[in-house]
Formats: sequence, C-alpha cells, structure tokens
Amino acid sequence: MSSIVLTIISLVYLLLLFVIATYSEIGKKFKVNKKGSAYIYALSLAVYCTAWTFYGSVGNASKNGVSFIPVYLGPTLMMPLLWIFLRKIIRISKKYSISNIADFLSIRYGQNRTIGILVSILFFIGIVPYISLQIKAIDTSFQLLSNSIHPHRLFFSDISFYIVLVLIFFTILYGTRNIDITERRRGLMSAIAFESVVKLISFLIVGIFISYHIFKSPSDIFQQILQKGTFNNLFHVEQNLSYFDWLLLLILSGIAIVMLPRQFQVAVVENNDENNIKQASWLFPLYLILINLFVLPIAFAGKLLMSPSFDADMYVLGLPMHFQNNVIATIVYLGGFAAASGMIIIETIALSIMLSNNIAIPLLIYIRNRKAESNEYIGNKIKLVRRISIITILIIAYLYDKFIAENFPLTSIGFVSFVAVAQFAPAMFGGIYQSIINKNGVLSGIITGFIIWFFTLIIPSIANKLELAKSICNDGLFGISFLKPNSLFGLQGLNPISHAFFWSIFFNVLVMFLVSLFSQSSSNEIYQANSFINIYNADEYQNKSIWHGKTFLKDIIKVLSNIIGEGRANSLINGYAERHKIDITQETSDSRIIQFAESILASSVGVASADVLIKNISEKNEITIDEALKILQENQKVLISNKELRKKQTDLTKVTEQLQQANQQLKLIDEQKDEFLYTVTHELRTPLTSIRALSEILQDNPDMEEEQKQSFLGSIVSETERLSYLITQVLNLERFESGKQRLNFSSFSFYDLIKEAIVTIQPIALANHIQIKTYIPDSQLLLHADKDLLMQVLNNLLSNALKFCNQDNGEIRIRVFDMQNEVRCEIEDNGKGIEAEVHELIFDKFFQAKNQTLKKPTGSGLGLAICKKIILSHQGNIWVESEIDKGSRFIFTIPN
Amino acid sequence: MSSKILVVDDDPYILLSLEFLMKKNGFHVLIARNGTEALQILNEQIPDLVLLDIMMPDVDGYAICKQIKSNKLLKHIQVVFLSAKTSEGDIKKGMDLGAALYITKPFSTRTLVKQVKELLEP
Repeated sequence: MSSIVLTIISLVYLLLLFVIATYSEIGKKFKVNKKGSAYIYALSLAVYCTAWTFYGSVGNASKNGVSFIPVYLGPTLMMPLLWIFLRKIIRISKKYSISNIADFLSIRYGQNRTIGILVSILFFIGIVPYISLQIKAIDTSFQLLSNSIHPHRLFFSDISFYIVLVLIFFTILYGTRNIDITERRRGLMSAIAFESVVKLISFLIVGIFISYHIFKSPSDIFQQILQKGTFNNLFHVEQNLSYFDWLLLLILSGIAIVMLPRQFQVAVVENNDENNIKQASWLFPLYLILINLFVLPIAFAGKLLMSPSFDADMYVLGLPMHFQNNVIATIVYLGGFAAASGMIIIETIALSIMLSNNIAIPLLIYIRNRKAESNEYIGNKIKLVRRISIITILIIAYLYDKFIAENFPLTSIGFVSFVAVAQFAPAMFGGIYQSIINKNGVLSGIITGFIIWFFTLIIPSIANKLELAKSICNDGLFGISFLKPNSLFGLQGLNPISHAFFWSIFFNVLVMFLVSLFSQSSSNEIYQANSFINIYNADEYQNKSIWHGKTFLKDIIKVLSNIIGEGRANSLINGYAERHKIDITQETSDSRIIQFAESILASSVGVASADVLIKNISEKNEITIDEALKILQENQKVLISNKELRKKQTDLTKVTEQLQQANQQLKLIDEQKDEFLYTVTHELRTPLTSIRALSEILQDNPDMEEEQKQSFLGSIVSETERLSYLITQVLNLERFESGKQRLNFSSFSFYDLIKEAIVTIQPIALANHIQIKTYIPDSQLLLHADKDLLMQVLNNLLSNALKFCNQDNGEIRIRVFDMQNEVRCEIEDNGKGIEAEVHELIFDKFFQAKNQTLKKPTGSGLGLAICKKIILSHQGNIWVESEIDKGSRFIFTIPN
Repeated sequence: MSSKILVVDDDPYILLSLEFLMKKNGFHVLIARNGTEALQILNEQIPDLVLLDIMMPDVDGYAICKQIKSNKLLKHIQVVFLSAKTSEGDIKKGMDLGAALYITKPFSTRTLVKQVKELLEP
C-alpha cells in the first residue's frame, strides 16, 4: 500500500471526523435526547483506550499473558467508587468553572499560583511521553503498512512529521475556535465518541478475522499455544506479576481514569448531566470488555504465526498483512490511527489549556498591565498562546518519540505517565474530603512523589544513554544499595511500575499529611476547603461573593469584551440579568453579576487570571469586616454538625462580637474625624473671605478716604488674628486628642491666677459696663496643676461669660471652694442662659456646626471642647448649670 | 434706576466689605445680619438680587432661597449663594433650589462684581 494512499486515507478520516464535529455542533435543533447524551458521554470516556490499547495490549499480552488486564480491570472495578468521587468533582468544577486539574488544585489550595504552575509543568513532563507513544504507534503502523521502514528519518523527510503537522492543524481547529473552554463542545465530543466506535469496531473486526477466519475459534488458538508448551507461563497470574503487583496496578489504573488530563476533560468538564455518570459506570466497563475480548487471541496468534523478531506491538496490523488482506489491514490501521489521534487531540488540548491558563495567560495579563493598556483586547492573543502551546507540545512529543521512545514497548511508556499523573491524586482526593491538607503539604507531597517517580522510572529508562544513570541503577544512589531505582529500600520482586507507584505514592501521601499537620493553612484556603468539601450543602455559598467592591457595569462588560468579544459579552450579561431579574440600568453592578462575569472569564483564561482581571476593575474595596463576618457566620451554620467545630464556633462568636464592636468604634471615630475636618476648613474660610475681600477693595480703591482705609486695614489685622487664634485652638485640641499634650504640674496660688485672668478682660468688661465679682475665701489656696492650661480654661470661660452676659447690666461672678479632696471653681454670668438639651453638647467641638437648628454663638466653637479636655486630663470635671433667662454657671473641679 | 442688592451675612467684616463693594459699583445696597432680618427686608423692599450666605444662626440660606422662590412676588429675585460650604453636594443643593449662581468663599471681589453685573444687565 503506497504511502500516498495511506496518507489520503488518514486525511479523509480526519476530515470525516471534522464533518461529524461540525454537523453536531451546528445541528443545535437536533437535540440529543438523554439516552443519546449518556451514550456519547460513556463513549467519550473510552478515549482512555489509545494506541496502547489498540496495539500495546497485544504486545504486552504476547510477552506477559494476562498481565495486560489490570489496566482495564482497574477502571472497571473502581467504577462504583469513582462514581462517588466523580460526582463531587464535577459538582465543584461546574461551580467554579474549573476546566483542568491544575486549576482545580490551585483553587482548592487557596488560589495558589505556585500550585497551578507546578502542576501544569509536571503534567506536561508526565504526559508528553504518553503523547509520543501515540505518535510512535502511528509512525510504526504507517511505515509497516506502506512498506517503507525508515527508522532514522527526521522532520521533513519523515512521514510521521507530516502526520504530526496535520494533527497539529486539527487540534488547533478543534481546540481553539473559541476560547471559552467550559462551553460544552458537543461537536468535539461527538467526534470522540465516533472515534471510540471506530476503534472498537475495527479491533473487533480484526479479532473476528483472526479468531474465526484464520483460526477456527479462539479456543483453537489457545489449544495451539498450549501445545507449544513453552507459553504456559502466559496464563498464570502470578508468573510475571505478583498479586501485590496486580493490586497496585489496579489502583493505579483506577486513579488514571480520573487524573489523566484527557479523562478529566471528557469526564468532568464535558459532563452536562450528572445522571450520565450512572449510565457510564456500566457502559464504559462494557466497552472495555468488548475491546479487550480479542487481545489474547490476537497476541497468541501472533506468537504462533509471526517471526520472533517481529515487533509484538504490531501483531494487530502484521497479521492481516501476513495474510495479504489489505482491506482488514487498512481497517486496522484506521482503528489504530483513530485511537492515537483521539488521544493526541484531547490530551493536547487539555494540556495546552493548563499551560496557557496557569503560565502563559497570567504572563500576558501581567505584561499588558505593565504596559498600562488595560483595555487591550487580548482575546486573540489568548488564542495565539493556546495555539503556540499546542504546537510546542506536539513537536516536543514528536522529538521524544524520535530520540527516547523508540526503544521501549508502548505499554511501559504509558505506565510511566500513569504513575506521573497519579502523583496529583492524593492532593485531589484528599482535598475534597479533608480540610487538614493544605498547600504546603500538597506542594511537598507532589514534589516528593515526582522525585521518586523520576528516580525509579526515568533514570532506569536512560540508563543506556547515560553512564551516570547506569551506575545509579547498578550500585544505587551514592553507592547506597538501599537506594536502587529498581528496588528502593530493598523492596524487591515487584514490577518496576508498581514498585515506582508504591513508593512514590507512599511518600507523597506521608509527606503531604505530615507537612499539612505541622504547617498552617491560610484563611483563604480554609474557606475554599470548606467550600469544596461541603459542596453538596453549598446553597448558602452560592451568590456570596468574596469580592464586594464597587464595580461599574461598563467596566465589567469592557473586561469581558476584551476576552470574548463585545457582542457576546453584552448578550451573556443581559441574558443572565434577565434570568435572575437583576436591574442592570444601575451604574454599579450587583455582586451576582460580578460573580457571573468572573466565571465566564474563568472558563476562558482560568480562575487565577479571571480573579486578577476582576480585581483590576473593582475598587479595592474588599469585603467589609461585617460582611466577612456574616459570611463566616453563615458558613459556620453549615459546619455545625461537626462536633469538634462547635467549640470553634463559640470562640469565633466571641471574637466576632469583639471585632464588630471595635469596627463600630472605628467607623464612628472616622466619621467624626471627617466631620471635624469639614467644619474646621469651613470655619477657616470665613476670616479668609473678609481678609481677601477687604484687601482687594483696598487695592482697587486707592482714592479711598484715609479713615476708611485705616478701618479696613484694622479689620484685616483683627481677622488675621482671629484666623490665627482658630488655628491655634485646632492644634491644641489635636494635641489633646492624639495624646501628645504634656502636663507641666506646679504648685501655685489659684487666687493669683484668677486675678491675672481678670486683668486681661478688665478693659472689655469696663467698656461694656460689666461688673466682675469674686468670692475666693482662702487667698493662700495652693493648686497643683498645669498653670498655663488652667489659665486657658479661665480665659475661655471668662470670655464666654463676657460675650453672653446681659448687655445692659452685665455681671460676672467667680467663686472658688476648697472641698475635701478637690477645688471647685464657678464662673457665672447673668445672660440669656442655655437650654437644657445642649448642656452636654456645648462641650463638643464645633457643636454648633453639627446641629444647624441651634444658635451659633460667636467664637471658635472649640473653646469649651478644649476646656473639657484640659479639665479631664487633670482628672477633674466640668459642666454647666443653666436655665433660659436665668444666666449660666460654668463649674469645674480639680482634684487636690 | 440702579438695581437693588440685598447682602445677607452674619459675619460683620464680610458684610462690611460686600456693602462697600456693591455701593462702589453703583448699586443700591441693603444689608441684613441674619436670616430673620433678611426675610423682613425681602418682603418690604423686594430687591433685584440677593447675595446670600448659607450658614447663619437662625434661618439658613437654603431656607431663605426656598421662601423666595416659592413666593409669587419674590421668585423673580436672582439668588446668588456666597458660602464657605464647598462640597459638590452643597453646591448642587443650592442650584437645585433655583439659585442663579453659587460662589464659594473666599471669593474674588472682581469676579463677583462682574458676575453680579452680568446677572443684572441682561
């Protein structure tokens, strides 16, 4: 069969696949009924069966007999258990728009970027060999069928390179037509389901051909093999694999059915009905049984009929060719091609999403923000990044195939990937059930597991190429025989894969738990952990946005437009608003819209980047303490069923109350400060106004009368003084408030102080015919206080008295009493008095400004507030006794 | 006949300067030291324009403006607020009550005169 014909056949198959994909996407009216979608879901799970299944199983079976079975038995047996896990994982992933495992783990462990990046890179390292084995299978089968075996060609002289290019093309076509990755790609899934059918039918055809056409029946084959005698070992379970090996391999494969990126993609991301899982849990095992029915017969037929040097992995193809049956051979080739290409497309897409979401796109956004063009549309850049990652992955897989994979049988390469992806299983399964596990534990565990994986699997595989690797394999690490890659800690007799799996997972889990126990989780992690673990009770968690900012709707739409295009952004937001009856004519947006937008973004760029994008457009008004506490309290109610958390709840309630009180206080003080500031500036502007106005008038009227000029100038000066006085008062008050005021205590005669104060006001009193009377019994009375500050108090009270006392026959009385442990001073005027309601308020700063219905006396408004501060700092008291029209009496006491 | 301007402010110095300023520019000036006086003069003399302070002890400028604008005989009077209250909300409140202008203190006498002249000589 010529290479050209074969190439055309491959291309036609791919085009057919594409047509199917497009048709089922376009035919939206063609609604797949429930039963249909269940079948498609189960069949898409069968992407698990790749060229490994198609070719490798036969190869494996021909050497090791029934030992090929665990890979399929594992998923089959674990299916009921998996149903429980899968349901929870799907529920969580839908809620958070999670599209890949790296995102899942990154979110669960506190939106941790490091985890996202690490997981993506490790997945890449672990899966590339697996992809390359598919390429190898296509390459080998192509060369075999086209009779053109050229093992050492590279790139443009190598047919498989062209095939890789074609696959790159189709993968990009399928994977990046739109960047919203959680949009259920019915088209792609239909194509995958179709491909599963193709490979199953093709394998069954060749199986039937060999078993019933070439031979008389399968039992015929078995009998012939047994007759040869040398192959008895192939039937014994224990011959090449101990029971322990079987157990380990079963578990390993059961894990892989969820942890492989392509499996996560089809099982979780593409799931659109939880009931499909139930169907799949028996449909899928059925598929596995069917596709494995003829593995043993074909393997044995190969052993019987093909030459010993023929690559056993290619028995499936080689046998029909041996019998010159081109039709069957082509069908086989197509089946293998379908199996390999299906895996390549889905796995590459899944991997590219991980890499771009966790590494490339955050980088893009970071660069964009650095350039300060935060409105740049980067939707097409995202596509470009995805495409580049797809190309990179496939080229590297191709090179891996050419340089490393060549010498290994297909199944062993595949198992290496299995063990690699299994390293994430403890973090994942542990994470959805245990909140103890935290990011430090997970990071340490995964790294430990991977180190052991590398040591036990990779090093032996390059032993032929690297002298160092060879010596480590033979003598152990640093010559310690306990540390040999093939028998770590002396554990011998195990298959290398199960050995590697055992040790890597053992230490992974151990380290994960230990580190988690001894390190602290961040509050974010705890929140996420609870949210994940309690996903089924999570209705309270819905619509609770951790982000509660003032976000403008237009900003949200702009950000969305930059990623998914304007038309789509608008229609999505409007649709959501309609469904949930949210009013979007307001400028600021409902927190549900914010969350919805975030989830849309997450499905295109991953959750980490979506978070960043939303944060950028929200005022950095993080959730207030009240709201956080409210959410925490409501979350608590959900956890209350757990006994050990009840105690935590009472503690938390106490702390909550304290925090709320403190918060109230702070809010009040903040409000007061704002009001104070506003009032002070207002008061300062008044004297400034007259200073300015009078100055300008003087400038513009040089011919003014001299007398008037002087009068104006005098006014300017006195207003300047008033301004200055006001500023001083404010500063004084501030000193008291901030606690910077120092008291200089001294002993002095109170009598002398009062006399001094009276002297100051004497002139004004005389001018206004105000009489001042004093009653100070003991002129020797010594007061122990800050003399200057007390003088301020006296001055202030006296000047108030002057202002308010009766204009016609004003009288001010000053009395001093020496009580047992304090000195009492009263300053009384006979003015109009102060109404009872404000007796306390007048000591507040700027009191008159606060309450505009009350009279505004002249003065700075701060005098009494300062007096109060001064008296209080002496541990004294100050108050007023007064009635309307009966004058006012200000009283203060100082302890002595 | 020259226009009549009523100046209302509880600060004596500001009152003084405004009185001088407006007189110098040929206007007939009436003064009021508080809201009550202002209302009295408004009803008796019906000026053409009033320069109105807001923060006053008895009745504040906003209330006075409201009264002016709701009185058939007075609502033609141009109200110019002169106030140290400078926040957007304050200004909006003043303008919403129908004032012709809202000028913040401290103000420039030259600009004030120009603006008043513009208002009174359409």
